[in-house]
Amino acid sequence: MVGDAISHAVLPGIVLAFLFSGSRDSITVLIGAMILGVLASVLIEVIHKKARLQEDAAIGVTFTWLFAIGVILITLFSRQIDLDQDCVLYGEIAYVPLDLWFLESGVNLGPRALWIAGGLFILVVIFVIIGYKGLQITSFNEEFAVSVGISAMVWHYLLMGMVSAVTVASFEAVGAILVVALLVGPAASAYLISKRLPTMLALTIAFGILSSVSGYYLAKYLEGSIAGAIATMTGVWFTISLILSKIKKPRQMAGLE
Amino acid sequence: MEAFVDFFSFQDPNVRLVVLGMLFISLSSSLVGSFAFLQKKSLVGDAVAHSLLPGIAIAFMISGSKNPWVLILGALISGWVSILIMDFLTKRSKIKTDTSIALVLSVMFGLGILLLTHIQHSDFGNQSGLDKFLFGKAASLTLIDIQAFGLVTAVIVVLVGVFYREFKLLSFNYEFAQAIGMPVKALSFLMNTLLVLAITTGIQAVGVVLMAALLIAPAAAAKIWTYSLSKMILIAMGFALFSSLLGSFVSYTYINMPTGPWIVVILTFFTVMSLLFAPKRGVFSRMKMQRLNSLKINSENILKTLYHLEEGKETLFEWHKVDQILEKRAFNKVTLKNTLRLLSQKRWIVLGDQKVKLSRAGEIEARRVVRLHRLWEMYLTKRLNFKSDHIHSNAETIEHIITPEIELELIKELGAPKMDPHSSEIPYAD
Repeated sequence: MVGDAISHAVLPGIVLAFLFSGSRDSITVLIGAMILGVLASVLIEVIHKKARLQEDAAIGVTFTWLFAIGVILITLFSRQIDLDQDCVLYGEIAYVPLDLWFLESGVNLGPRALWIAGGLFILVVIFVIIGYKGLQITSFNEEFAVSVGISAMVWHYLLMGMVSAVTVASFEAVGAILVVALLVGPAASAYLISKRLPTMLALTIAFGILSSVSGYYLAKYLEGSIAGAIATMTGVWFTISLILSKIKKPRQMAGLE
Repeated sequence: MEAFVDFFSFQDPNVRLVVLGMLFISLSSSLVGSFAFLQKKSLVGDAVAHSLLPGIAIAFMISGSKNPWVLILGALISGWVSILIMDFLTKRSKIKTDTSIALVLSVMFGLGILLLTHIQHSDFGNQSGLDKFLFGKAASLTLIDIQAFGLVTAVIVVLVGVFYREFKLLSFNYEFAQAIGMPVKALSFLMNTLLVLAITTGIQAVGVVLMAALLIAPAAAAKIWTYSLSKMILIAMGFALFSSLLGSFVSYTYINMPTGPWIVVILTFFTVMSLLFAPKRGVFSRMKMQRLNSLKINSENILKTLYHLEEGKETLFEWHKVDQILEKRAFNKVTLKNTLRLLSQKRWIVLGDQKVKLSRAGEIEARRVVRLHRLWEMYLTKRLNFKSDHIHSNAETIEHIITPEIELELIKELGAPKMDPHSSEIPYAD
């Protein structure tokens, strides 16, 4: 759920980065959004721990507040900023091929978003490979991690920073809410039918790709939003995996007897 | 100023509509939200708000009309389905609560967007106005909307009024409600229905994303001010009403300013202020209390140390070097200096150049602390059978807490002993 909160909370960061840089220059926007994303998770933590507000409410209050500020900023500077709420909420992946990246020499490198997403993909893969042990230990047993001298806090904020980065990069394409479907859906589907972390990671990627491809064709068939269709498909794949896990269980029980 | 008068005289029929609509919405959502907040369902509310979209789209596709009642019915059904799915996932699979919330939220919303865009691209006739459910259009509420809001709010208020005691028990102690034979399933069903209803009306004003704030923020702000549920609900309603009024005013005064976000920003401002400044449980009063407490403990420890320095000597009220205190007991140097100054202001000690001595009043206070310490050590050994080498640290903390009433009880219980377990004399008041 923190991922969802962050995906909404980055809005003011994007708007401010837009304002300061005066362009849709993606790197600045990415940095602005990442700062806000980390800030949001810090805020949630502070409101929960220091002001002793229950965690669900702390999350709810923080992200709605930041999102509201973002919307107000957009309206305030609507003349300088080419952004609107629709795009923020559900993006439009169909426009991605139109936003091409030209080098100064005029060489066409293809869609800009493709480069950003690709670069981020490599970054995330490197992060996961290098940080595998730390991420694994802190995800499964935070107390143990702390007791053997691994800072759970550092890993928490590193991970949240990564979540913000991924969220922002996906923003233009799929929007703030649907990126959550891709963050949570494939992982939850894989989690249901796997017992080991490496298997789960592999399955997650498979489910992610399946959802995107099937979602694209669903959208084409219905003439609807691609992002919406992809999110719908993550739900469909999750349902299938849920049924699979329910069928598998009784058989395992029988085997045990 | 002119705008202020214009707005609050409610001459403009459009202003009247907006204010009335926001009034209904803030009433119903803060009322239902208070219960949702207490049941830790704030994010469920958020997920439900997102999940209404597919229902609205399907209702429109089937009926072809934008009659608010048809759309509300569709929303109600899909909101309900989302609650059922979340319930099922949390209880029947190994998916955790927050994952199930995020999953339902995003998938249902995605489905909603898919259907809405599908409607846009096919021949369902005029579909403009459906996006009102996405972002909220507080400024363009129509009379029919207001009537619908009014009716929904009335239903919610009446039902909460009738089932107030049941809802209260359900929110605070579900198991107990179940144990005394309340129909908890039916009551939860009713409460969830009211939640979905309130959200259905609310999103038309502030939109899907900000709906959660309308539910949670008033309750979060109100809870810190009171321990009584009825007062909490009233305060929450007050915050919600005031913020809606102010937010509508801002968007009326400045052209193009969205109403929903302003209401949320103002509401959150009140929530944060409450969390910071509320008496007793606010951040600042807790910090203040902590400081006072540590000051009390430090002063009592210094007095006690001075008493120990004098104990067993013939002459009382002698000068002691500050270093002597530090030899007996470790203090932070700055804390020691500050506390000593405070003690001399209270006239419990006399402060000289790098030296101190107890005053008569200070000696009485010091005796009290030492007495409590030793009485408690006696109690631990005599009544709780602690070994005499295990009692000191416990007494170190409790000596700052024991009230005069407990002290009398202790003396009575132990028969006013002369010596403590370490054979030191217990100093009684003269």
